[in-house]
Amino acid sequence: MTIAAPATQTKPAGRSLVWRRIRRNPLSFGALCVIVLIILAAIFAPIVAPYDPDMPDAMAAFESVSWKHPMGTDMYGRDQLSRIIFAARVDLSVAFAATALAVAIGAIFGAMVGYAGGWIDNVAMRLVDAVMAFPAFVLAMGITAALGNSTTNVALAISITQVPAYLRLIRGEMLRVREMEYADAARTVGNPPWRIVFIHLLPNCLPPLIVQATLAMGFALLTMAALSFIGLGIKPPQAEWGVMTAEGAAQIVTGEWWLFLFPGLAIMITVLAFNLVGDGLRDFLDPRMRGIR
Amino acid sequence: MAFLNYILRRLAFVLPTLFGVSLICFVLTYMLPGNPALVKAGPFATSEYLQEMEKQMGLDRPVHEQYFRYMSGLLRGDLGESASTGRPVTQDFLQRLPATLELTFASLLIAVIIGIPLGVLSAVHRDTIIDHVGRVVGITGVAMPSFWTGLLAIYVFFFLLDVAPAPLGRLGSGIAPPETITGLYVIDSLLTGNWQALRSSLYQLMLPAATLGFSVMAPVARMVRSTMLEILESDYIKAAWAAGLPRRTVIYGDALRNALIPVVTILGIVFGFLMAGNAVIESVFAWPGIGNYAVTALMTKDSGPIQSFVLFVAVMYVVVNLLVDIVYGLVDPRIRLR
Repeated sequence: MTIAAPATQTKPAGRSLVWRRIRRNPLSFGALCVIVLIILAAIFAPIVAPYDPDMPDAMAAFESVSWKHPMGTDMYGRDQLSRIIFAARVDLSVAFAATALAVAIGAIFGAMVGYAGGWIDNVAMRLVDAVMAFPAFVLAMGITAALGNSTTNVALAISITQVPAYLRLIRGEMLRVREMEYADAARTVGNPPWRIVFIHLLPNCLPPLIVQATLAMGFALLTMAALSFIGLGIKPPQAEWGVMTAEGAAQIVTGEWWLFLFPGLAIMITVLAFNLVGDGLRDFLDPRMRGIR
Repeated sequence: MAFLNYILRRLAFVLPTLFGVSLICFVLTYMLPGNPALVKAGPFATSEYLQEMEKQMGLDRPVHEQYFRYMSGLLRGDLGESASTGRPVTQDFLQRLPATLELTFASLLIAVIIGIPLGVLSAVHRDTIIDHVGRVVGITGVAMPSFWTGLLAIYVFFFLLDVAPAPLGRLGSGIAPPETITGLYVIDSLLTGNWQALRSSLYQLMLPAATLGFSVMAPVARMVRSTMLEILESDYIKAAWAAGLPRRTVIYGDALRNALIPVVTILGIVFGFLMAGNAVIESVFAWPGIGNYAVTALMTKDSGPIQSFVLFVAVMYVVVNLLVDIVYGLVDPRIRLR
């Protein structure tokens, strides 16, 4: 029952709302900071990493965790921390490229078939059903096995498995918004269909898309690491988290635990951060979903 | 009658999906680079030999004819030949399928046995420490790559504590497999009273099943929690409270029974996760199932088994989801009428 302090009244309402929501969800905000840190480390890898990630040092093979090598060294004496930092470049860029491509294709085609409706919509949905009939990871295995494993193909495979989810999401949203009054208004003044779909309607479908894409980043990272782990993704000697875990797996029985532990930990922390940010974004952008999780 | 109608409608939905699945697998196997004739002929083949090979495999025919050949092969149960084992893929598959099924069922059992009570507890004790711990375990579990969880388990339980066996297959060394009835070692050794094989197979199964089960436990728990919450808010539960029924009866009798119905639907999705996880977990634990087989074949540039694995898993996935739908219609009559 106190009168609001004048200071808060002069602040723009939008920003204080954002700040309140962030404060209500400190976990997601922390996760966002973690992601920013990982991205910065990846960008400035040559500055941040203490050693050259590909430089072997025969005198330092299989060194355990120490001040000199905080995450130990591998069988060639390469510094594990530096390799993990450089690997972030590959992992993040592939996951991001795959997700961005899937979002773009899914949004464009989803918007078109949702607006068009009729048999086009029907055919597209049957196709989506067929792709979704595969467990995503298994389909990604098939695609990389058929195309051959290169960084581009891994990104392509992951993105193909994700397109249906976005397509279905945007189509559903489109079915909803195309009946809205502002859509009628846009039609009445004589806008061409592409303009109605992409300028007037699609932007209103974006919030759920952003949430879905953030959560999908984590899934893309896991898929990519698992593909590389079983030899279907990125190939050694490239430093990549899944590849590094696979290399470390061979050393478990001799007790070199740091070799498999840290790359896997890197995957887990990154995926966890993306999932937490995704959850936070969902609360933030789509309050109706709150509490459902 | 209405139920038969429902099943037929479901089937009508599934057939186009299966057709699409076969098309996608056909494209993956025959249409993409990595010419199958080239793989079969080997890297040193002359171009005449390669052409001969293509002709023999029908790769010079029009696409629809090739697809027809592929489909008629599939319907006869012919998945082609594996270049690495030199045997029909179908035969290799059938031999390894029981190992995969044993691992899948064991993991599903673990996921359900831990996941459901966890979900119920989180819902009943909403926003207490139990709920928070459950959520943290769930979120972390989803973020852990399953192969890494498996490696952690091997390191801790085999290497450090020495309470688990070496991750090398389904039976300890020197132990003969039980007489084959179902092909699942645990069940076969139970049926034949072969206690030594039973102990050994359970011992070997423990870590891989726990790893795979842990990776899918979180979605089960989350689903149970949210449906349970929804039901605890519903009118008939309020009526039950108002009638003064004991807490135990309301929660475990009325609410849980109704919360378990939607859980049936996600078992289909969980099954998909498990099949995907198999490919990875089987290679971590040298488990001789179909996933491991497909991945190993690929090491020798033999992509036949992996494409068959993809097709097989997709078909199983569609069938399992169909069964789930039918069971759902059976336990919840409202669904049938939609």
